[in-house]
Amino acid sequence: MANKNIGYFTNGLLKENPVLRLVLGTCPTLAVTTSVKDGISMGLAATVVLICSNVAISLLRKVIPDKVRIPAFITIIAGFVSVVQMLVKAFLPSVDKALGIYLPLIVVNCIILARAEMFASKNSVLPSALDGLGMGLGFTATLTLMGTIRELLGTGMIFGQPVTANFISPMIIFLLPPGGFFVFGMLVAASNAIAKRQGKQPVEHLGCDSCPSKGICGKTDCAEKEAVTNE
Amino acid sequence: MNNSTAIASILLAGILTNNMVLSKFLGICPFLGVSKKVNTAFSMSIAVTLVMVVASAVTWPIYHYLLMPNYTYLETIVFILVIAAIVQFIEIFLKRFIKPVYNALGIYLPLITTNCAVLGITQINTANQLDFVRSMINALGAGLGFMLAMLLFSGVRERLETANIPEFLKGLPITLISAALVSLSFLGFAGIGG
Repeated sequence: MANKNIGYFTNGLLKENPVLRLVLGTCPTLAVTTSVKDGISMGLAATVVLICSNVAISLLRKVIPDKVRIPAFITIIAGFVSVVQMLVKAFLPSVDKALGIYLPLIVVNCIILARAEMFASKNSVLPSALDGLGMGLGFTATLTLMGTIRELLGTGMIFGQPVTANFISPMIIFLLPPGGFFVFGMLVAASNAIAKRQGKQPVEHLGCDSCPSKGICGKTDCAEKEAVTNE
Repeated sequence: MNNSTAIASILLAGILTNNMVLSKFLGICPFLGVSKKVNTAFSMSIAVTLVMVVASAVTWPIYHYLLMPNYTYLETIVFILVIAAIVQFIEIFLKRFIKPVYNALGIYLPLITTNCAVLGITQINTANQLDFVRSMINALGAGLGFMLAMLLFSGVRERLETANIPEFLKGLPITLISAALVSLSFLGFAGIGG
């Protein structure tokens, strides 16, 4: 049992890393990783919301009718996001300023809705909490990595402390949007290469499997469509 | 961007300099997911633009007459619920009254509730304290910008299908790197429209 619980936790960290393996939450991954600090704060804020919403949804999973579950999940998530938003505004105003509209946008971060739909609504409280923690930390770790690469290359500093700034001139392009797409592309390529070496399927495209709305839009069936267009 | 900004420059900024996808990173999921073909990319962006404009029109009075000044902390939770309701409503309306449009756009509508571009634009409107007309223009500009990015990128992706791509970049990585190049070209617009 204990092993199984550890499994729920470590799953999100590496094996099913939400960003690199499930390709969820790409918007904040690209938007707020211009510095290590912003990456970590966004990751931790999302982690808190993820754990709370997973626990709440798992507790309510037998009460929420199946038909209205997505709106119900979104409401629960929005509630916790508002709480986090108010706490951050009150105690860490600089973080609030740095994250801007991306803080309230945690509501539509696909990782949170996807874990609610795929995990918390089917499992009991402890596994759901551990899944939230693991997924959240996996998300934070990836954002931190992205933030480190972009801050180091873009400003030559880490946490605002000069590292290479004195002898290599910084490449500002890494702080700009194209740098975000490029670094993320390279990270996915690296993660694919590692996955392939371990005999797992590399991430080919952002398909319906990773879409949290998969359940509500059963009629789109884009998985099938995608297969047709591939042929 | 504040109230004194001219309407034309808000529109231009939304389409080019502050492009939703390529400089604000909102709506990345449909940008990467639904951009394989020009046709589907076009339908998706029409649906997004429609929902963005209607959502801005509905959330503006709610924010300014109901939530201001004491309940602004409810912004996030109210906006997302309103957007979910609007999407549902537009779907029912189109299905009942404008069937051809529903057949073309209907399948994309459920995906839009959780699209961060829509919630994002309503949040940007309130964060920048835009008045009603400017909020609408801002939403329209953002929607058109989204469409421009989607169409350009779907053209690039149709070419990628036949390109000879290095093994390790196949799939998602090359898509992201092409997105980087498209976004690089948009940097050239910096400064236009203020």
